[in-house]
Amino acid sequence: MRTIAVVRRIFQQMLRDKRTLALMFVAPLLILTLFHFLFTSNTAENPKLGVANADDALVKQLKDKDITVITYERVGNAKKTIVDDQLDGFMQIKGEGIQLTFENSDPSKTKALQIKIQQVIAAQSAKKQASIMKEWIQHLQKTLNAPKIKMEQVSSPKMHIAYVYGNKDTSFFDVLSPVLVGFFVFFFVFLISGIALLRERTTGTLERLMATPIRRSDIVFGYLLGYGLFAVIQTVIVVFFAVKVLDIMLVGSLWHVIIINLLLALVALSLGILLSAFANSEFQMMQFIPIVIIPQVFFAGILPVEGMANWLQMIAKAMPMYYGGDALKSVMYKGVGLGDIRMDLFVLFGFALLFITLNVFALKKYRKI
Amino acid sequence: MGSIIVAKRVSKSFGKKEVLSNINLTVKEGEIYGLIGPSGSGKTTLVKILVGMDSDFQGEVEVLGAAMPNMNVLSKIGYMAQSDALYPELTGEENLQFFASLYKLKKEERKQRIAYAADLVKLTPHLSKKVMAYSGGMKRRLSLAIALIHNPQILVLDEPTVGIDPELRLSIWHELSRLKNEGKTIVVTTHVMDEAEKCDRLAMVRDGKIITGGSPSELKNQYAVNHLEEVFVKAGGKNI
Repeated sequence: MRTIAVVRRIFQQMLRDKRTLALMFVAPLLILTLFHFLFTSNTAENPKLGVANADDALVKQLKDKDITVITYERVGNAKKTIVDDQLDGFMQIKGEGIQLTFENSDPSKTKALQIKIQQVIAAQSAKKQASIMKEWIQHLQKTLNAPKIKMEQVSSPKMHIAYVYGNKDTSFFDVLSPVLVGFFVFFFVFLISGIALLRERTTGTLERLMATPIRRSDIVFGYLLGYGLFAVIQTVIVVFFAVKVLDIMLVGSLWHVIIINLLLALVALSLGILLSAFANSEFQMMQFIPIVIIPQVFFAGILPVEGMANWLQMIAKAMPMYYGGDALKSVMYKGVGLGDIRMDLFVLFGFALLFITLNVFALKKYRKI
Repeated sequence: MGSIIVAKRVSKSFGKKEVLSNINLTVKEGEIYGLIGPSGSGKTTLVKILVGMDSDFQGEVEVLGAAMPNMNVLSKIGYMAQSDALYPELTGEENLQFFASLYKLKKEERKQRIAYAADLVKLTPHLSKKVMAYSGGMKRRLSLAIALIHNPQILVLDEPTVGIDPELRLSIWHELSRLKNEGKTIVVTTHVMDEAEKCDRLAMVRDGKIITGGSPSELKNQYAVNHLEEVFVKAGGKNI
């Protein structure tokens, strides 16, 4: 079997090339780990708020909200004070009004601080309202000389929160990680298989093979199988590492995750081999990364595709990673079964089939059979 | 003696540039056929068409009576490319094994052929080295060994002796005439005139055309000169 001969040769070559092996097996783990810590170990400092003319009750409540409060006797320029004292915001009480100034170099931090302050002020005024009410009723009772009634304290209702997917500890990384796992498999398989066949072209061995009785399909399937087996190993390592070591949320079945990733790897493999036909050097192969690979990230589900403009959604639907990302998110985060992601799987399989067929045709420029 | 390779009215262009124009040639069974010409004359392009690696041309090529490319015929051709198409990460032996496994050879026969081919080109002690550590000459020799690996009926060798030391060159030519005596047909390209003397018949190629052809002695008689080089100059019609 000539396909097997190609597969065996690819194995020999890969096992010799320790760096490529490391890139394929270790690099995704490294990046995934880094991402994991970037998104989960959120040791954000308490925001620092400068306060002027506020009463002690308000300051205490702000402190209860995990805000570091620094009281000022008087302020000249709020903006200057923020910059000089490295504050995140400054609050001045001016009679009935409140003047808030934010540093705002990180808008998300500003939003969070603003919400906290608003909550405190709302609670404060509700309390004030309640005490005014109480005084007024007491006064009324006194003047009417009516029997004293006991005022019931209104306690705020206790909230019970439930989630369809995830739980209260779910972080953005839990939503992001399924996509990342799929993307790394896609990216590294694409790169390595593409460059491998490219080298076969540039060194002339591919042309040389055409002087032997090997079929074009033998070469394509040899490559698919040879690099496919490495892709399988890579996929299993990445998925197990993500789930068992990084403890990424996995609600659905581990095997389904592996199946999806294998399909993604197959698409990446056939696409990489195909695109190598249009590159004359490794450098030109790299040029496909911004054109073909990076856009896949945008549409893989990290940004919600449903909210995009129609024409952008059309583009999304032409991207293999869109289906891969959706399937992975559905299984890992939402925990659905194969039945619910079969459309995604079918489309991915269709992509692979299309690319494989195109590959056999692309080799036609070398030989007709 | 039957005709092994027949090319009729073969022309090929890369874009607007015509690299081969109206080539007719016949290679007979059991002869060494030389394609002589300077680099850039179109020899390699012609050879690639003959072995079926390039099917984008006008005209007809038949090898062993079949139009190329033909899988059955391909397994009877041993081809040595002008540029060494080898896998540098693999050892010499692994390269030989890979190419051997593309042909239908029994395991025992494969082993024998690998040993024979390696010995012929004096590479046996270097078989376990990676090809990336080979010298230029060693790579040429390995390419030649690969061309011989499946005991082909037809050998097509594109500049087989470039970068090979004189002693080994002689032994390779010696081996080629031995193979010829076994009944194999050999097509060789070269730009070295003293190698051309060793061919049974020659075609002189210049600018994509065959300017003249025949056996070395015929050619020298026809042009009344002592050296093939002069034949080339006279036939090319260029004055020095």
